[in-house]
Amino acid sequence: MIDRNQFEEALSGKLLSHTDRLDEITIEIAAAGLLESLAKLKEMGFEMLIDLCGVDYLTYGNGGREGRRFAVVYHLLAVSRNERLRVRVYAEDDDFPVVESCIPVWNCANWYEREAFDLYGIMFSGHPDLRRLLTDYGFVGNPFRKDFPLSGNVEMRYDEHLGRVVYQPVTVVPRENTPRIVREENYGEA
Amino acid sequence: MAEIRNYTLNFGPQHPSAHGVLRLVLELDGEVIERADPHIGLLHRATEKLAEHKTFLQSVPYMDRLDYVSMMSNEHAYVMAIEKLLQIDVPIRAQYIRVMFDEITRILNHLLWLGAHALDIGAMTVFLYAFREREDLFDCYEAVSGARMHAAYYRPGGVYRDLPDVMPQYQASKWHNESAVKSMNENRQGSLLDFIEDFTKRFPRYVDEYETLLTENRIWKQRTVGIGVVSPERALQMGFTGPMLRGSGIEWDLRKNRPYEVYDRMDFQIPVGVNGDCYDRYLVRVEELRQSNRIVKQCVDWLRANPGPVITENHKVAPPSRASMKENMEDLIHHFKLFSEGMHVPEGEAYAAVEHPKGEFGIYLVSDGANKPYRMKIRAPGFAHIASLEEMSKGHMIADVVAIIGTQDIVFGEVDR
Repeated sequence: MIDRNQFEEALSGKLLSHTDRLDEITIEIAAAGLLESLAKLKEMGFEMLIDLCGVDYLTYGNGGREGRRFAVVYHLLAVSRNERLRVRVYAEDDDFPVVESCIPVWNCANWYEREAFDLYGIMFSGHPDLRRLLTDYGFVGNPFRKDFPLSGNVEMRYDEHLGRVVYQPVTVVPRENTPRIVREENYGEA
Repeated sequence: MAEIRNYTLNFGPQHPSAHGVLRLVLELDGEVIERADPHIGLLHRATEKLAEHKTFLQSVPYMDRLDYVSMMSNEHAYVMAIEKLLQIDVPIRAQYIRVMFDEITRILNHLLWLGAHALDIGAMTVFLYAFREREDLFDCYEAVSGARMHAAYYRPGGVYRDLPDVMPQYQASKWHNESAVKSMNENRQGSLLDFIEDFTKRFPRYVDEYETLLTENRIWKQRTVGIGVVSPERALQMGFTGPMLRGSGIEWDLRKNRPYEVYDRMDFQIPVGVNGDCYDRYLVRVEELRQSNRIVKQCVDWLRANPGPVITENHKVAPPSRASMKENMEDLIHHFKLFSEGMHVPEGEAYAAVEHPKGEFGIYLVSDGANKPYRMKIRAPGFAHIASLEEMSKGHMIADVVAIIGTQDIVFGEVDR
């Protein structure tokens, strides 16, 4: 197992935090010089990028969370050593989140970064082909952001008079059957 | 001199060998692929966003609909992530049931893959044979969950209910008379376990049948040997998992390397390829069929001898029994709260992965302590595989693209999510 000191040594001051919980190691690293830090991690044996995803912390714990809004989370795997690592990087700017692309380190990041760009609007600098991936051609907005409505903004239907498909403002009324509740600590205990 | 230009071809989204809704823009030089640009997302349903608006229990059926060919494996990763955050233990019998159904699911998936892949390359018969066996396995699904495909059988803390003691039987109709029904019901006289055991005895012979049709078949070999070769280094670099990684010669299987549930008690082997081409991946998957059959057999033997609870006693997570609900006020309240407000999962994050038939299927779950997930990310194996389609098909003929899509075992439910 790689311990905290080894991470600190390899990342030379870029390591912001290190947690070991539920048999999973999570480290947070600085967005500046991200590509070098990730390359270091690869040198340490994490040769495989299992997953990359965006997270929007806007309404976390009913909105009382401090810190930056957007994060990119990497799940790394060291096949030869059979270890996993989670790396979190916060984008510096909440209004225009930018993170360095890690395609030079792990080639499979290409589509994962396109997905995070599509769904969260996180920009990846240095990405060769940052196009939308999952949403419709000509889609407007970033659907997985917490301030994007679940039923979307537009809906599509076939217009008989125009003889083509048209977009119109959504007519679905938002409905929440089970409200989201975060209980205070020790709720229900005597 | 005539001007020579590259030709752009639009493949799909309604092409039968696009395995669903893949739109592929191919740039061709004659018949040779210069560039391949897969357009995905035509089946995007925003499952991850929907899950953020549902209680933890309500999202279980969504998992079936991700990779709709290996339903229970998807559920498995999801419930494992919740169990990890809740730190609850699953009864041992439930673990065996899960392992057994994971392997039944693997057989289901590989049979569909084998049939569809062979059909794409021009062998019709395998498809019909594979669906004959799939029918029996769907009956097993139906016997435990009531649904042939979308089972919603795994629950946080265990499985929904114990295995049934009787196997449903066919009834006479205007298509099948009494004597026909009698022979169809022959292996359905006992319990579900008897039926599965009977299947495991028959199944190796069926796999031999598929192999006589394909393994030494000249046309099959011409279409698959040396097609879509991936070196071990590139396989790691492109995030391959499962049979795609093992076909390139890397021995990596979560069932062996990170055993979850009771896989560490099972006796089975991991097949590994040598050349990393479509043919080796075919051999790997066929061997996995045989190994899965062995695991199912071991689970049947254990389950027969060891009755016990199949879901946790913690009523904050799993509902109490029907009978106790009618006599006990507290159980009634638990039941009501569980199905209205849902369970609260402690704050934190967890990543749980299973060896899904297609590769590593993982669920990254972030909870802020609410009754709904804060963020759920589905790590689908097919997503990384289809992303490498361009690299794998470059320089090949257009007909080989079909073989490469087939060998990747793409299902759009999980790629698009």
